[in-house]
Amino acid sequence: MDKFTTHTGIGVPLRPSNVDTDQIIPAVYLKRVTRSGFEDGLFAAWRTDPDFVLNQPAYASGSVLVAGPDFGTGSSREHAVWALQNYGFKVVVGSRFADIFRGNSGKAGLLIAQVDQDVVEELWRYLEDAPGSTIAVDLTDRTVTAGANSYPFTIDDYTAHRLLNGLDDIGITLSHADAISAYEATRPSFKPTTLPVRVAS
Amino acid sequence: MGKTLADKIWETHVVRTAAGEPDLLYIDLHLVHEVTSPQAFDGLRLAGRRVRRPDLTLATEDHNTPTENILAPIADPVSKLQVDTLRANAAEFGVPIHSLGTADQGVVHIIGPELGLTQPGMTIVCGDSHTATHGAFGAIAFGIGTSEVEHVLATQTLAQARGKRMAVNVRGDLAPGVTPKDLILALIAQVGTGGGQGYIAEYRGEAIEKMSMEGRMTICNMSIEWGAKAGLIAPDETTYAYLQGRPNAPEGDEWDAALAYWKTLYSDADASFDAEVDLDASALTPFVTWGTNPGQGLPLSANVPVPNEIADAVDRAAAEKAIEYMGLTPGMALRDIKVDTVFLGSCTNGRIEDLRAAASVLKGRKVADGVRMLVVPGSARVRVRAMSEGLDKVFTEAGADWREAGCSMCLAMNPDKLAPGERSASTSNRNFEGRQGKGGRTHLVSPEVAAATAVRGTLSSPADL
Ligand code: SF4
Repeated sequence: MDKFTTHTGIGVPLRPSNVDTDQIIPAVYLKRVTRSGFEDGLFAAWRTDPDFVLNQPAYASGSVLVAGPDFGTGSSREHAVWALQNYGFKVVVGSRFADIFRGNSGKAGLLIAQVDQDVVEELWRYLEDAPGSTIAVDLTDRTVTAGANSYPFTIDDYTAHRLLNGLDDIGITLSHADAISAYEATRPSFKPTTLPVRVAS
Repeated sequence: MGKTLADKIWETHVVRTAAGEPDLLYIDLHLVHEVTSPQAFDGLRLAGRRVRRPDLTLATEDHNTPTENILAPIADPVSKLQVDTLRANAAEFGVPIHSLGTADQGVVHIIGPELGLTQPGMTIVCGDSHTATHGAFGAIAFGIGTSEVEHVLATQTLAQARGKRMAVNVRGDLAPGVTPKDLILALIAQVGTGGGQGYIAEYRGEAIEKMSMEGRMTICNMSIEWGAKAGLIAPDETTYAYLQGRPNAPEGDEWDAALAYWKTLYSDADASFDAEVDLDASALTPFVTWGTNPGQGLPLSANVPVPNEIADAVDRAAAEKAIEYMGLTPGMALRDIKVDTVFLGSCTNGRIEDLRAAASVLKGRKVADGVRMLVVPGSARVRVRAMSEGLDKVFTEAGADWREAGCSMCLAMNPDKLAPGERSASTSNRNFEGRQGKGGRTHLVSPEVAAATAVRGTLSSPADL
């Protein structure tokens, strides 16, 4: 997982509340064998509407989603997180998130920045007044900055620590790579290996 | 205080311990198949990671593969994509793979032991819940999810909380005509599908000691069906004899060193278990399931339960629902249940001894009119072996279908499935609603019962013929 310290990118105002994971990515897109390529399923139903925010050129290459309350409810599909990431989102700012979605995001490296709903409203106005404006997100001091205004956001300390250091579960284990190598050095030579491939004589 | 077999294996695989964290366990062998691995490999690719130990990893194509015309392009696009993806991933990451049509292709839990890759004292994982099969060799083996598959690919380790200790004490020996499948079905009926939750179970006692390796694999295979995290059996002369000479078994001095180690792998006499279960093998008779979970089983001589007579409200409701789904009449004799299909195969009972046992029943007999019987060897090697013994002829002359190796109707991801309402006698391990096809009804049985059932068309044992 990449380290996350700061990110600045085009902000996308997404006004609906209760955007569930079925709306983030419909079930029909889940048959894939990949964890990538889900961007075409992202908000699939809404993307057919020319007025949908991501269909407007100013927002189309957005990377900071400013979402309505209770974002990510519904099924536990991690594909919802992958779809947002595959599209290019690095951060979702909002006032309330579904627990499982928040957990999946933390595992996959998508930053969930929680702010008060009145901050969300201010960010929406800012992004709608000047489409294509950027938002700066700083995980070190936990702030979201839009133009001249900075707002604090909250995140739990453990997730922040893992994101700042680029540690996913595998990353954490790999930080003990020395211990793994030391263990490997003690493995008896009679333990089997699958390479080179052996066939019966 | 002594140690259990599981303790000994676990402790020699701990890479790291820290207070408040699960043990980081080293994995000796990681088995991979096409269904649960694609997102794991993709995760590696996205993170720019490699497979840490391709030489401790083995891939095979089994779950989703056809059992006819295996060299033709796979017709089902989803299956084809999954198999193609596995092949591409294996090539990209340097993981050895046994593909359809090659000598060592087969069900993942059949080929590991067959190649001699499964050995005593190992830790073995696979993205498949029947990985406990390998515990028959005195290994700690269990199933994992796709994120964990990725974790093992990347690190060759897994963070794991230690299971509690359980002993399954099997007294006496199985009577002639009673099989390891009957024993494990009877155990599951006794302890329930949740009876082993949180435990690593060690099967031991006279019947286990006298059992062949293949029978022991049948027992360990179904550990997950009573909820155990893993099931294992202490290695002994039977284990060593099975392994010696297999392609991946150690040779020469390495064999001697391995053997010396394997001989230390048993539960010490003064080791204590957190729980013990007793079972009298000598009292068992052929056993079949009547319901929709593997714990809903009875001796073949019994009748379908009458829900009104079941005291426990939860059990009664479960029985009512199962009997309705299964289309049975309460109180009817199990022997009167007519089947449409007989499936002989799977990692539970798709090995050569299983095929021999079924063939010995079928020899000179015919599959009943209106019954189809599918014989699916567990691996390409089992298939070749069976053909060299003429078993394929026995099956085809009896009117059964002789197929190529794979999981097939065990989980019905490929074209081998039950139609809605169809009923099977199956040597596999799960009789869940729809497991063998939407609306299909499954009775779990031994290979011998499967063969006798095929001949009579109703649930039967060879003694009924
Ligand atoms: S035969 Fe059945 S239980 Fe065994 S690995 Fe295949 S699908 Fe799983």
